[in-house]
Amino acid sequence: MAAKILVVDDELSIRRLLRNTLERAGYQVVEAANGREALAKVASEHPSAVLLDLGLPDRDGLELVPLIGKQEDVIVLVISARDATDQKVAALDLGAVDYVTKPFDGEELLARLRVALRHRGVSETAPRIIRKGALEIDLDQRLVRRDGEESHLTRKEHDVLAVLAAHVGRVVTHQRILAAAWGGDEDPRVEYLRIVIRNLRQKIEAPGAVGSVIANELGVGYRLLADG
Amino acid sequence: MSGELGRPSPEALLRQASQEGLGRLKIFLGAAPGVGKTYEMLSEGAARRREGVDIVIGVVETHGRAETEALTRGFEIIPRHVGSQENRALDEMDIDAILARAPRLVLVDELAHTNVAGSRHPKRFQDVEELLAAGIDVYSTINIQHLESLNDVVASFTRVRVRETVPDSILERAEIEVVDIPPDELIERLKAGKVYLPQEATRALSHFFSKSNLSALRELALRRAAQAVDAQMLEHVRALGVGGTWAGGDRIVVAVSELPGADGLVRAAKRIGDALRAPWTAVYVETPRAQTFGEAEHRRLAAVMNLATQLGGEVATVPATSVLEGIRTFVAEARSTQLIVGKSQRSRWFELRHGSVVDRLVRELPDVAVHVLPLVGGAGPVATAAGPGRWGARSGYAWTALMVAAVTGAASALSHVLDLGNVALLYLLPVMAAASLFGLRTGLFAGLASSLTYNFFFLPPTGTLTVSNPENVISIFVLLGVAVVTSQLTARVRAQADLAASSARTNAALAGFLRRLTPMGDPIELARAICEELARLFGLQTVLLGPAGTGLVVQAASEADYRLDTMEMAAAQWAFDTSTPAGKGSGTLAASEWLFQPLRAGGKPLAVMGLARDSGGDPVRPDQLPLLVSLLDQAALVLERLRLEGEMRGVEEVRTRDRLRAALLSSVSHDLRTPLTAIMAAAAELHHGNTPDLIGTIESEAARLNRFVANLLDMARVEAGALRLKVEAVDLTDAVSGAAHDARRALEGHAIELRVPPDLPLVRVDQQLLHHCLLNLLDNAGRYADPGTAIIVEGVHEYGTLMLSILDQGPGLPAGRESEVFETFRRFEGSDRAVGGTGLGLAIVKAFSEAMGMGVSASNREDGQGARFTLSFPSALIVRDPSEGSEI
Repeated sequence: MAAKILVVDDELSIRRLLRNTLERAGYQVVEAANGREALAKVASEHPSAVLLDLGLPDRDGLELVPLIGKQEDVIVLVISARDATDQKVAALDLGAVDYVTKPFDGEELLARLRVALRHRGVSETAPRIIRKGALEIDLDQRLVRRDGEESHLTRKEHDVLAVLAAHVGRVVTHQRILAAAWGGDEDPRVEYLRIVIRNLRQKIEAPGAVGSVIANELGVGYRLLADG
Repeated sequence: MSGELGRPSPEALLRQASQEGLGRLKIFLGAAPGVGKTYEMLSEGAARRREGVDIVIGVVETHGRAETEALTRGFEIIPRHVGSQENRALDEMDIDAILARAPRLVLVDELAHTNVAGSRHPKRFQDVEELLAAGIDVYSTINIQHLESLNDVVASFTRVRVRETVPDSILERAEIEVVDIPPDELIERLKAGKVYLPQEATRALSHFFSKSNLSALRELALRRAAQAVDAQMLEHVRALGVGGTWAGGDRIVVAVSELPGADGLVRAAKRIGDALRAPWTAVYVETPRAQTFGEAEHRRLAAVMNLATQLGGEVATVPATSVLEGIRTFVAEARSTQLIVGKSQRSRWFELRHGSVVDRLVRELPDVAVHVLPLVGGAGPVATAAGPGRWGARSGYAWTALMVAAVTGAASALSHVLDLGNVALLYLLPVMAAASLFGLRTGLFAGLASSLTYNFFFLPPTGTLTVSNPENVISIFVLLGVAVVTSQLTARVRAQADLAASSARTNAALAGFLRRLTPMGDPIELARAICEELARLFGLQTVLLGPAGTGLVVQAASEADYRLDTMEMAAAQWAFDTSTPAGKGSGTLAASEWLFQPLRAGGKPLAVMGLARDSGGDPVRPDQLPLLVSLLDQAALVLERLRLEGEMRGVEEVRTRDRLRAALLSSVSHDLRTPLTAIMAAAAELHHGNTPDLIGTIESEAARLNRFVANLLDMARVEAGALRLKVEAVDLTDAVSGAAHDARRALEGHAIELRVPPDLPLVRVDQQLLHHCLLNLLDNAGRYADPGTAIIVEGVHEYGTLMLSILDQGPGLPAGRESEVFETFRRFEGSDRAVGGTGLGLAIVKAFSEAMGMGVSASNREDGQGARFTLSFPSALIVRDPSEGSEI
C-alpha cells in the first residue's frame, strides 16, 4: 500500500501543488491547513510522513515537530524559507529528518521524501561500502577507489564519512558530525570539519564536480549523495 | 532672500549661464560731465593695449581736447559711419564695421547717446548690447543722471532734466568704475574751461555745477555703484547657493562707547534700522584710553554690546588710536550709508582744544548720513576719569625727587667748573626721565621741582626762591616746557605701542583659534577643539551645548568632570533661546556657576558655550569679553560652515535616494512584470495543449523571478542596516560549489572550472552573505558569458591576501568604467534588456563584501576575453591552519 503523506500548509495553492506532485509519485495524500488540524490528522490518519510548513497561522511550526515526532513511525520533513538556517537546524535537532527550502523543486522534494521513508524505523548503522557511479568507498579498509585509482582515508576522514553514510541522502548537522567524529575531546570546531571535508572532496570528487558526493548545506551541515 | 540654505537659486544660475559667452561690459561712471571719464577709459584702454589685448575705438568724443586727443593716438579707430540720409548728417558709430573687425575689446564713449534717426538702433546702449552679444568686451562711459531710475531724482534738485537715459539693468551686469573728483576741483576745472559743454546748454548747466548739486550727484554715483556691486555680489552668492542676508542699500553703523547713554544710541540705531530695513552694527572703537577703564566702564560697555546683540544688531570692536580714525575706517570698510554718533556734553573749551569729533566725521565722510544724538545720562567722564593713569604712581614721584636731589648734588659738586646755563641743562635729565618713565604729571612735577631747586641752590641770590636775572626765568620755563613735550611724546608712543601690542595679542589669539578650528571636518572634533582652545586662552572650564530634539545636550567639554545642574541647564537653554548671555555674571539666572554665551550665525542660534572658573569667580573679566565674543563669533562661523556642509551632503543624499527610488520603481516594474507576463502567458497556453518549451519558459522565468525577489530582500536588508553577521570559518571550495548548485539554471550551458589550490586556507566570513555574493557573481557571469564558454573560478593566496576571481568569456566591461558596475541599477547600455536582470545583483555583492570586510573589484581579463570579478579577503579574514596541534 502506498505510503500516506500529511501535507501541512496554510496556502491552498501549495497544498494543491504538493498533492499533485505526491499523487503523481504514487503517494496517498491528506491535508491540514493549520497546526491544530495537523495534530488531529496525525492522530486519526496515521500518516507515514508529514510535510510541515513552519509558517503556520495558529502556532509556530517548530513546536509541532516534537509533538508529531512523538508518534511512532511518523517522520517529519520541514518546509522552510530560504535564509532561515537557524530554524532548519532547530527543526533537525527537534527530530525532523530533513528539510526542503522554498521555493522547492518537486523532484528534489520527492527524492528527500523517498530517502527519508526508506530509512524510517531502520536502525542507523552505516553501510560499510558506499557507491556512487564509478566511486567506491570501503569504510572498513578506509580505502577509496575512483577511476581505478586508490587512496586511503585518514581516521577522521573515515569517522566523518561514516556519520554521513549512516544518514545517506539526508542532511547531517555540523554539530552531529563533530560529536560523532571528534567525540567529547578537545573543542571540536567547525573549521576542523571544513578541512576534513575539503580533503575528502579531493579524494572522492572529480575536480570539476565539487559537491557531487558531499553536498554542502549552507549553515546547516552536509549531505552524502550516494547510490546506496 | 529665502531662508533656504544651500540650494543655488535656479534663476540665478540661469542668468549666470546666459551671460557666459557674452562680452563683458565695463562702465566708467561719473557724477557729472568733466570728471574725466573718457580720459580714464582711454588710459585703461591703453593699459590693456600694452598688455596685448586686441582693442579698437568704436567711438570717442574728444570734444577737441588735446589731452584726450593725445590719448587716442596709438589706438586703431573704426571710422564712423559718415554720410547723409534724407538731408541729415549721419555721424554714428559704425557697428557693422566693428562686428566685422571683431576685436577683443572696443571703447564706446557716451553710453546714453541717442543715435540719429535712421540708425540701426535708436540708442547707443543698444549698439553696445549687440556688441556684447557678439562676444566683444566693451568699455563705456556714462554720467549718473542718465540712469533711468535716477532721472527724476537728479532733475528734482538740479532742475535740469536729461532726455537721454539708459535702463538700470545695463549697469547691473556691468563692472563699474567710479570716476570721482571732489566737487571743488570739478568747479575749478569748469572755470578753467576744461569741461566741454554744448553751446546751447551752457547757461542751464552753470546752475547744474553748483557745489551742492555736485556733492549730491557724487553721492548718488557712489551709492549706485555700491548698490550695483551689492547686486552682483548677491547674484554671485545666490548662484553659489550660499544663504544668508546680503541686503543692498543702506547699512547703518552706530558708534558706541563706555559712556553712560550709549544704550540710547543703540536703541536709536535699531529704530532707524527698522525704518530703513537696513542691517546695523554697533561699533566700539578701542583707543588707548580703554586701558584706564575701571570695572564700571567695562560693565557698561559689555552691557551696551549685549543690548545691540539683543536688538538684532551686529557688534564689532575696532582698535584704533583715535575714535575718529576708527569710525572712519570701519564705515569705509563696511560701506555704510548711515552713521549714528552721540555727542557728549563737553565744555566749549574741550571742543576748542580737540575739535568736535562729530564735525570732523561729517566733514570727512561726505557720502554718509551722520545722525548726531545727544548722549543722555551724564557729562563725558573723559575729563574726569580717575585712576593711577592720570596722576601716576606714587613711586614715580619718589624716584623723581631722588633724581632731582642727585642732580642737585652732582651739580653743586661740579659748580666750580659749570656755568649756570649748563647746570640748567643737567636738570633736563630728571625732567626727561620722569616725563618719559612716569608720564605727564610726574614730568611736570620733575620740571617744577628742578626749577625750584635750581632757583634755590644755584640762581643768585642763592638760598632764596627769588630770581634776580630775568634770563633765568626763561630757564625755568624751558625746564617746564621740556617736561610737557617729552611726556606728551612718550605718552603717545607708549599708547601706540600698547595698542599695537594689545591688538597683536587679540589678532594672534584669533588667528591661532581659527588655525586650530578651520581644518576640522567633524562636528564632534570641532566642538572639542573649541572647548579646549577657549579653556586654554582664558584659563577656564568650558562646555559646548548644542540643540538635540527639544533641548540642549553637551557636545564637548574641556574637562570630563563638568557638572551642570538643572538651573544651569535652564540658563543654557535661556541663552540659546534668547541669544543673550545667561548665568553667572549676566543678568539672568546669575546664581549658577556657569556663564552661558550663545553662538549665533546668520541670526540663528547654533550652540551655547558654557564657561566657569574653577575658583568660582566671575568666568570672564569684562575687558576679556570683546575678545571672547569675537572668538565665539568665529567658532560659530566654523560650526555653521560645517553644519551647512552637512546639510548640503544631506540634500545630495536625499537626491541620490530619490533617484534610486525612481530607478528602483522602473526596474522593479520591468523586472517583475517581464517574467510574470511570460509565466502567465505560458500557463494560459498550457490549457490548449502540452508544450514542453512552455514549461521550460515557466521554470526559467520563475527562477529569474525568484532570484530577483531574493535580491530585493537582500537590498532591503542592507538599506535597513539589518545585516547581522554570523561569521564562521568557510571553505571557499564548498562555498563555490554551493553557489554553483543554486545558480545552476543561470549557468546552463556553461561549465564551471574551479582552479583552487588544495591548500587554500579557510576564510572567516558570513557563509550566507558570501553565498549570495557568489550566487550573484556566477549569475552575472552566466548572463554575460558567450554561450558554451566555461566560467572559471580561480583562487589565489598571495602576500597574505586571498583572491577569489570569477572569469567569464564574453564582451567584458566598458573600458574605464569597470568599477561603475557595482552601482545600484547600473546596467550598461545596450546590454540590459537583452540579458535581463536588474543592476541590483552587483550592488549587493559590493554591499555584502564590504560588510564582511572584504573587497570586490571588477576588471577586464588580461587576455581581453571577458570580465573578471574578484573578491579579496584581507589577511584578517584568513583562518590560520586549524589542523595545527589537532589530529585530523
